[in-house]
Amino acid sequence: MKKIETTTDATLVRQYLDGSEDALSKLINRHQQRIYNFIFSKVFDRDITEDIFQDTFIKVIRTLKRGKYNEEGKFLPWVMRIAHNLVIDHFRKNNRMPKFDNSGDFNIFSVLHDEDLNAEKLMVKDQIESDVRELIKELPEDQKEVLVMRIYKDMSFKEIAERTDVSINTALGRMRYALINLRKVIDKHNIVLTKY
Amino acid sequence: MAKLYLNESPNEKVEKLGPKKETIKFLLNYSKALHVLDGKHLQYENLLN
Repeated sequence: MKKIETTTDATLVRQYLDGSEDALSKLINRHQQRIYNFIFSKVFDRDITEDIFQDTFIKVIRTLKRGKYNEEGKFLPWVMRIAHNLVIDHFRKNNRMPKFDNSGDFNIFSVLHDEDLNAEKLMVKDQIESDVRELIKELPEDQKEVLVMRIYKDMSFKEIAERTDVSINTALGRMRYALINLRKVIDKHNIVLTKY
Repeated sequence: MAKLYLNESPNEKVEKLGPKKETIKFLLNYSKALHVLDGKHLQYENLLN
């Protein structure tokens, strides 16, 4: 007689949070078909579906490991919502990006390096950038302001000085201390922020 | 008009959709490698390979 599967998603999630990697395997096996079909029904491309499916579970794993999963919600609807949001992101990104017709003499892949297509490296890069953004939030307000204007908004120190109503030297000093403080936090917590 | 006959039903060739085994393997390995460290104000992610 076939054994009826009785372990609920909530139990498996709890087991996973307690360190059982096998519980994650069971959760993926249980829901992979439904999630994959859902994504495919929206994008109609197997490679894109595969990418979105992978990104969905990366987000699931990261959220669970960070202890941010809300037990009140049901697991499958939560995962489906993540997949749905990633599908929307995919279409948004595609509308913004120029499309290349690969049928002519010009082949886009001839000018792209393999490194650009390496999903793992992209993921690591995203993670580093996300970690750095979190670290920047910890800086004192005046230093954070200068750093964001310089690095993310690409403003010159002259523009920053005018915008923040301080001298150029003060803006430079704040930038210097912002970097010193970032390094301190990174050293203190032994954070590795390198690609390789 | 000529009739077209197929040796086998096209339905037999319809494959079941699903993620590749490599994708599942990658996710399970990613999960094993990912460690989240709790700082005072922040959480840090660490990938141990």
